[in-house]
Amino acid sequence: SWWFQKMLQLPLVVTAQVDLLLVLVSLLAFWTRLSHLSYPNAVVFDEVYYGQFVSLYMKRVFFIDDSGPPLGHMILAFGAYLGGFDGNFVWNRIGAEYPTTVNVWSLRLLPALCGALCVPLVYLLTLELKFSHLSALGAAVLLLLENSLIVQSRFMLLESVLIFFVLLAFFSYLRFHNAPSSSWSRYIWLILSGVSCGAVVGVKYMGLFSYLLLLVVASLHTWKLIGDKTISHVSLDFLIVSYPAFSWQTLLLQNVCVQCVHRVLCLVVVPVLLYVFWFYVHLSFLNRSGPHDQLMSSAFQASLQGGLSRITRGQPLEVAYGSQVTLRSSVSQPIPCWLHSHKVNYPIRYDNGRGSSHQQQVTCYPFKDVNNWWIIKDPGRQQLVVDTPPRPVRHGDVIQLVHGMTSRFLNSHDVAAPMSPHTQEVSGYIDFNVSMPAQNLWRVDISNREAESEVWKTILSEVRLVHVNTSAVLKLSGVPLPDWGFRQLEVVADKLFKAHSSSLEWTVEEHRYGTSQEQKEREAELHSPTHIDVDRKISFWAKFVELQWKMLTVKQEESEHKYSSSPLEWITMETNIAYWLHSSTNAQIHLIGNPVSWGVGNLSLLAYQLLAVVYLLRRRRGLKDVPDGVWDQFVCLGCVCVGGWLVNFVPFLLMDKTLFLYHYLPALCYLYLLSPALLEHAHTHLLRYAHQLQHSLTHQRALCVGALAVLLSIFLTYRTFCPLTYGSPELSAHQLQGLKWRDTWDILYRRR
Amino acid sequence: MAKAECTPKWNTLALRNRKTCPTPEKSFQTTFTPVSKDKNSQTAGLLAGGDTQSSNGPSGQFVARGSIESPSKVLLMLVAGLSFSTRLYKLTEPPHVCWDETHFGKMGSYYINRTFFFDVHPPLGKMLIGLAGYMSGYNGTFPFIKPGDKYENQNYWGMRGFCAVLGSFLPIFAYLIVLELSNSCTAAIIAATLLIFDTGCITISQYILLDPILMFFIMAAVLSMVKFNQQRYRSFTASWWFWLVLTGINLAGALGVKFVGLFVIVLVGLNTIGDLWRLLGDMSLSLVDIAKHFLARAFALILLPLILYVTIFAVHFVVLNKSGPGDGFFSSAFQSRLIGNNLHNASMPEYLAFGSTVTIKNLRIAGGYLHSHWHLYPEGVGARQQQVTAYLHKDYNNLWVVHRQQDNNSQSGNPDLVRHGDIVRLEHKETTRNLHSHLHEAPLTKKHFQVTGYGINGTGDANDLWQMEVCGGRKGDPVKVLRSKVRFLHRATGCVLYSSGKTLPKWGWEQIEVTCSPYLKETPSSQWNIEDHINPKLPNISLSVLKPNFLEILLESHIVMFRGNSGLKPKDNEMNSKPWHWPINYQGLRFSGVNATEYRVYLLGNPVVWWINLASLGLYFTMVAVASIATQRGFSLGQQRIEHSLVLVRGGGLLMLGWLLHYAPFFTMGRILYFHHYFPAMLFSSMLTGLTLDILFRSADLLLHPPYSYWFQRTGQLLLLFSILYSFYLFHPLSYGMTGPLAHEPGSAMAGLKWMDSWEF
Repeated sequence: SWWFQKMLQLPLVVTAQVDLLLVLVSLLAFWTRLSHLSYPNAVVFDEVYYGQFVSLYMKRVFFIDDSGPPLGHMILAFGAYLGGFDGNFVWNRIGAEYPTTVNVWSLRLLPALCGALCVPLVYLLTLELKFSHLSALGAAVLLLLENSLIVQSRFMLLESVLIFFVLLAFFSYLRFHNAPSSSWSRYIWLILSGVSCGAVVGVKYMGLFSYLLLLVVASLHTWKLIGDKTISHVSLDFLIVSYPAFSWQTLLLQNVCVQCVHRVLCLVVVPVLLYVFWFYVHLSFLNRSGPHDQLMSSAFQASLQGGLSRITRGQPLEVAYGSQVTLRSSVSQPIPCWLHSHKVNYPIRYDNGRGSSHQQQVTCYPFKDVNNWWIIKDPGRQQLVVDTPPRPVRHGDVIQLVHGMTSRFLNSHDVAAPMSPHTQEVSGYIDFNVSMPAQNLWRVDISNREAESEVWKTILSEVRLVHVNTSAVLKLSGVPLPDWGFRQLEVVADKLFKAHSSSLEWTVEEHRYGTSQEQKEREAELHSPTHIDVDRKISFWAKFVELQWKMLTVKQEESEHKYSSSPLEWITMETNIAYWLHSSTNAQIHLIGNPVSWGVGNLSLLAYQLLAVVYLLRRRRGLKDVPDGVWDQFVCLGCVCVGGWLVNFVPFLLMDKTLFLYHYLPALCYLYLLSPALLEHAHTHLLRYAHQLQHSLTHQRALCVGALAVLLSIFLTYRTFCPLTYGSPELSAHQLQGLKWRDTWDILYRRR
Repeated sequence: MAKAECTPKWNTLALRNRKTCPTPEKSFQTTFTPVSKDKNSQTAGLLAGGDTQSSNGPSGQFVARGSIESPSKVLLMLVAGLSFSTRLYKLTEPPHVCWDETHFGKMGSYYINRTFFFDVHPPLGKMLIGLAGYMSGYNGTFPFIKPGDKYENQNYWGMRGFCAVLGSFLPIFAYLIVLELSNSCTAAIIAATLLIFDTGCITISQYILLDPILMFFIMAAVLSMVKFNQQRYRSFTASWWFWLVLTGINLAGALGVKFVGLFVIVLVGLNTIGDLWRLLGDMSLSLVDIAKHFLARAFALILLPLILYVTIFAVHFVVLNKSGPGDGFFSSAFQSRLIGNNLHNASMPEYLAFGSTVTIKNLRIAGGYLHSHWHLYPEGVGARQQQVTAYLHKDYNNLWVVHRQQDNNSQSGNPDLVRHGDIVRLEHKETTRNLHSHLHEAPLTKKHFQVTGYGINGTGDANDLWQMEVCGGRKGDPVKVLRSKVRFLHRATGCVLYSSGKTLPKWGWEQIEVTCSPYLKETPSSQWNIEDHINPKLPNISLSVLKPNFLEILLESHIVMFRGNSGLKPKDNEMNSKPWHWPINYQGLRFSGVNATEYRVYLLGNPVVWWINLASLGLYFTMVAVASIATQRGFSLGQQRIEHSLVLVRGGGLLMLGWLLHYAPFFTMGRILYFHHYFPAMLFSSMLTGLTLDILFRSADLLLHPPYSYWFQRTGQLLLLFSILYSFYLFHPLSYGMTGPLAHEPGSAMAGLKWMDSWEF
């Protein structure tokens, strides 16, 4: 007990500084973003789009989404996982009610958290830009009361996540930059910044531009660092006189070098590695075959469970003479298809009067079919079975291809193809005795070979079939044939040797060693399923590169959406987006911003640019309106805020995509960051220097009153639009009419 | 022959450069300039790049040097001689139409025949081609139908020769530009050699194309800009004005040939802004002086080019006064100017009546005629009914018959006039379907409704009824042909007939979408006018249509050009060249011939030249990075090194900017792109190469001691010269034509030279 008494005599002190303002805005942010999160209990707008991917994640089924890298989808899926979502929900229409088994709250939790955290982040970021707490509060309030940001964070959407990581990256980088260079803890901030950059690019491709802006800012700072000659000035003189001083110089240079290397590591290497890591997680997680398989190469498909791998597992790897194969075209446009033939001939005359060879049709057929089987034959021998041991076909070998069911030889000749008359017709050869000899020799050209005598491999090899007589290449022209060709796709032989076109490449997909010499047996063999033993894997990098390439090149048919808008309309908020309408009442949710804040943001953007131009011109003439320190602060503000707005807005002007108002939200956040800081700048510097002292006080007071009035009106507008933001309470048609502040807004009301 | 001429030249250079190293100006003058006009030419020019000279008083103002010293004059003659001989050699081969000659030759002929046509490029280039043809005795009768047509005995050499002469100036300009920027003959010679012996530059200069003309103006603009920059300490002198005005004239020329000229305008603009910024910081100048500088530039670089550009168009419209193939792209008012057009001094019934056959034209510029044809909307695109589109060309399928709500044929003698607010039914004359709309979404503009042709022989349903309103009219006003703006309100849904301006996919024959818009905004897209009007029962009255004034014509033709440009989308099956292909010389263009038996010309850069250019870009960045880090870190560099890094950063920076401006924008363009779009950028890239390699060779003494570094420099230069010449010898058949087997066969002239699979020769 003596010990205990002794303990009590010691002071037990915890010194903590709590920024109450920060705590307050954070609490308010959580309240505005997280309250009643599971209302409405129905699919809202793009939840219908992201939801399908969340379901696929839950079922671990592979998919491709060209709208962005996988991190965003993974974050949404993680939220669903926390709520125990099993993926059993059909996301087919906006407004569909969620069943009770779906935990809506957890689906929407993570984006809402990110949206709420943006508010304190903006506060902290303003402080790091070296503006006062009051400005920080102003920025936080602008963000807090922005209806469109609230709407966008409260549902299973990605913009709030993107904005969160962008702000985090900038905040932590500036934290690092402002920290005294002696402290080692600042490198934690640098690493955090790098990680957030990786996340930014991982959520949406648009994040790339914010990341590049951060790199530009960082490299400007680094450039200053390189030019920092505070120590070297002395040693440089020594350098000439005495050798030992040289080590000083080297030391400093090394120091600079080390610093530069740190920055490059944290801000370039870490994000790149993370970006790849997201894909690693994505690909190792999604290992089952699914609806998007067809877009990928055969090798990729074979690495997924189910689907193609179920068919191809255990196939022999090396294609040999006597192999029975299906040949898939490497093009997946318009649809993936296999080399095909059937017992129908080309019409003697086409509709336009041109003649054909009237031999058997060869086409490309987009479905699995027994007529897709071809047998590889050695031209020098008669047999159609595989020897023991099998004789593999190598690059450069000449082969014949025999159609499995009809035993016709794949043939080409100098006859114009049906739909693409500048190319040669490809046919199954029939001898009509019209002095049209068989030209059925094809040379195997493996275009992705590593060695000259490489063996033709199932699935892995991309092969070109070069017609020996005419050196034309077997090609999928992709043109659908008319009714006589059953609308299958045309296959031709093209003499123009365009090396890069994947329409010339074919891969063996299904493959087995033929064993039956007789035609009847062979037909039975072809009808039977292929046999099975082991599965093959391709490396992560190959999968990563293929997936990334497909994501960037797959173009879905872009069509206009009812609520789509053009970037220039965003600045004035010409359009809104109806997110959800109650199935029976007038309760509804719209993406509408706070018009007053919106105006304030635009105004400050204009004001900053004007001010910057005036300052610049006057400084050039030697008139320094503000001290150098303030000027640097002003420039830094412009780099981050105006630069941020530009990189998040201008790229959209050049894009050929369907765009929506919510694409503008990241750019908008930068404007909200800018407005209060600019106001503070005007208050402390502009008014003080531009006028005489006795006037300046009144001006400053007027400014404060004005700012307060604007804040109040922002709050009131926020209140006014709350029903459209939260979807409750329900408004009458008359009230809704009153909220239609612009003619171009589309607010729905039910006629009763 | 070329080799024999060039080697001594390089030796003289060698001599000069070696002596230049220790004390440049002295040794230079003693060796070479007994007749030099300008005493302190060499260093003064180098230092003129810095601001330090500005306040040195009158003596400092005379430092702009006459860079044409006697050795460089000789070199210039040599460059000119080689340039002209390579470009003019085998000019008339092949004697048939090659590649885009079919367009530009044809358009040249249109000028000679004074026939109106439409093209997506501004007219200057084609006017010059037409002029050249006219001067050389070509009479404009050759039809230029398709590539491969034989010229027979037409005088086509004049047009080709004109282009080739302009093309021959490019190496000369490059020589002068690099000489100004780097003040080194070696650098200038390297740049000129690269261009002279580039097969691509030769090929593209030898045919009737816009590119040589465009590049001539671009290079001339850059040259005069650089010359003007050198005049900076002699403000407002005659030569200062001369170069400034010349820059402006060339800018107008570049823009007048192709809109790509915009990039060089941006380059000059940025340079001028930098220049003004420098002047602004010069505290010895008063604000009035700066305002004078500003106004002078605004006049010469903005106002003057604008006036010239407008003049070009004025000439264009005055010369082309006959109706031709381009009429349909333009509004009715525009067409009335053209002799031979049915609207020129037109005579038709003045007021629209029931039973009339009409064409209906959208008022949006290049909006097209309301059109329909025997094709249905494909499955999945609204209802499977007949397509209704807007079509830019004149065609029988543009004809519609105006009917009353019920009756099918008006028998009475005098037909009733259609008045504001009347309900009409529009029957398509060829297919007898009615103009129809319904609550299906339109094919492209999803917010609008689909418009179809429906019914047969005029019998349809209530969705075929449209209310015709004259804009700004009152009930009972008649509809004036050509002059009334009308709109068609759909009775059943209340939407208005609208041309969205979007191009339909292949199923719609790439015609323009027509929709019914529920938003009743008054825009030209929803307004139409009646153009042709046929009604035998009404008297024809001669109409003097309001002739548009010049500014309206100018504006209209620009909008039509921009529409046309953005409408050149790549087709699905067509091979599309990507911008990243270009600097690596990935794939060329067939100018003439495909098969072994034909005379083949293939537009492809000399791969050695292009790959040297590509490598030099990387080299340039490395050197600039090293130089600027060294400066920023404050390492003490020798005087010569500082000069080198200044040349790299200033001169090289300008060229690099030019390259970027002429290359980077193509990445954002949605229109179809071709390999030849890279050539302006390639010129800048070659000049940059000259400058970079020269400084690289001269910096050999960083690594090697004097005699070795000098040897290294010599060897490098000779090796470069040799490799360019030899590769030119190897690849010259690409430009000058080849026959016989293709390259992958052993007997070919190009056997073994197909270094990339993607080359198609």
